[in-house]
Amino acid sequence: MDVVNVAIVQTKPRKGKYRENLRDLRDVFSQAGADPVDLIVLPEAALTGYFLEGAVYELAMDSDAFAGDLATAWLETNPGKDVDVVCGFYENCEGTYYNSAIYLEIAGGKPHVKHVHRKMFLPTYGVFDEERFLSRGRRLQTFETRFGRMAMLICEDCWHAIVPTLAAVKGARILIVPSAAPGRGIDDGGELTSITRWRGILEAIAAEHGVYLLYAGLAGFEGGKGMTGSSRIVDPHGHTIVEAPPLGAHIIRAPIDLREIDRARAILPLLGDLHAVLPDLLADDELPLR
Amino acid sequence: MKLPVIEPHRGDFTQAPAINPELTAQWLEAFLRDELVAGRSIERAVVGLSGGVDSAVTAYLCARALGPKNVYGVRMPYKQSSPSSLTDAYLVTEALGINECTIEITAAADGYLQFEPDADARRRGNVLARVRMLVLFDQSAKLGALPVGTGNKTERLLGYFTWHADDSPPVNPIGDLYKSQVWKLAEYLGVPKPLIDKAPSADLEANQTDEGDLGITYAKADAVLARILEGYTNDQLVARGFDRAEVEIVRKRLDSTHWKRHLPTTAMLSNTAINEFYLRPVDF
Repeated sequence: MDVVNVAIVQTKPRKGKYRENLRDLRDVFSQAGADPVDLIVLPEAALTGYFLEGAVYELAMDSDAFAGDLATAWLETNPGKDVDVVCGFYENCEGTYYNSAIYLEIAGGKPHVKHVHRKMFLPTYGVFDEERFLSRGRRLQTFETRFGRMAMLICEDCWHAIVPTLAAVKGARILIVPSAAPGRGIDDGGELTSITRWRGILEAIAAEHGVYLLYAGLAGFEGGKGMTGSSRIVDPHGHTIVEAPPLGAHIIRAPIDLREIDRARAILPLLGDLHAVLPDLLADDELPLR
Repeated sequence: MKLPVIEPHRGDFTQAPAINPELTAQWLEAFLRDELVAGRSIERAVVGLSGGVDSAVTAYLCARALGPKNVYGVRMPYKQSSPSSLTDAYLVTEALGINECTIEITAAADGYLQFEPDADARRRGNVLARVRMLVLFDQSAKLGALPVGTGNKTERLLGYFTWHADDSPPVNPIGDLYKSQVWKLAEYLGVPKPLIDKAPSADLEANQTDEGDLGITYAKADAVLARILEGYTNDQLVARGFDRAEVEIVRKRLDSTHWKRHLPTTAMLSNTAINEFYLRPVDF
């Protein structure tokens, strides 16, 4: 398949109301499924809200149960249709809690969990307090899908250049980034400084490695902290091809042409260069760092 | 041969923080709609109008977010309040077309103060602020509304407010804006010019001004506060052009008022102590 119809759903969930938000998702799936769609991406903590503090232990779910809920919501509104869904959620794995994202393939009326990524970089500074409540993911894995190899990075995972770099080196051609980014910075140009920062990071990653970036941003205010939405699709040349506004729930959609990845890498073969040099970089005797 | 030398442009380190008022207004309108309507299912706001710029800006934001018919401006004069405070507050309600009323607090405040004839200005000011808080919450209960706070970041950081009075409304759109940013936002929103131009005052005594009480202008206090919060030491600020006496005024007020920015200190006795172990977000 050369062209993938992507829909990114920018949710604005009611805090802690998982069942109600799941009901809303049925409407979203119904709307999204009315047009051709192969892959639907939702934000970090898309159906609970992000800042849960101790309530995370009440709302965290087993990944299979979460997959079942997503699949039911899709199949009841789009019977007989296949789709892949990515969604951020708080995961309870036998009493260990993670900030996770699931990649779910729904095919032939059945859900198949292709991968669960557990957020590796848990922001615990300033307004953030994730590591007080959650455990860190320990592995960055790429995984095969019917649209090619992918990786999921959750929010701060993406702010460390080495993470998307390793994902690309390991073969990911599409990077999916569910995120919940509280906005700040009113002293600059026409948008919040934090949104500008995110755009720069995502476009730089896409351009450097020749990958598609699918960024799903949570929206809505949570106790005064406004999530900045701004979901976007960045092509392998580093250009944002569609972008949601910061505020409110939205769907953005675009067909992405996977042949564009090869074209971008032919024009700017940085990833191939890195493949050649990375062993030397890693063999540096000053590594590992202190 | 001499080559041209190019150096980075340096903004003035000693200026108060900048603001994009249009962006800020949009963000704060969304904040008010989300926190009141989406979060609490409350469509009405009550704002105590002092005749000053902070409450005026808050009323303008509420009117934009909720519609003027859903905003109630309450004027709460005391017998010694300046008549101009009332008329300036009226400029706001007139311009916005919001609901308005005047509730004189003299009888309520003096009902207590008559027993405390020796109360100094600070105590009297705190009593007036707490009576006004009482009125705002009761009016909100009557109207099915939420009281909306009007305290700015500067007065919050300097502790220049009455604890559990000015800071008590559950939602505050301007509490992360320095006073100089509030002025810029006021200009953008079209707040009547007399409110922007007049010297800020708690209006407890004739000729009293905030800046006179604090011993520093808001513009300078804002610049110093912003840099302190970014992590600069007093010595570093003085080396970068600030006046040491002014830095020390600000630092002293900031460091002596942390308690005013917190809930009451509660003795912890268990591993389920509220807000220590039992942690739930405000909107959960």
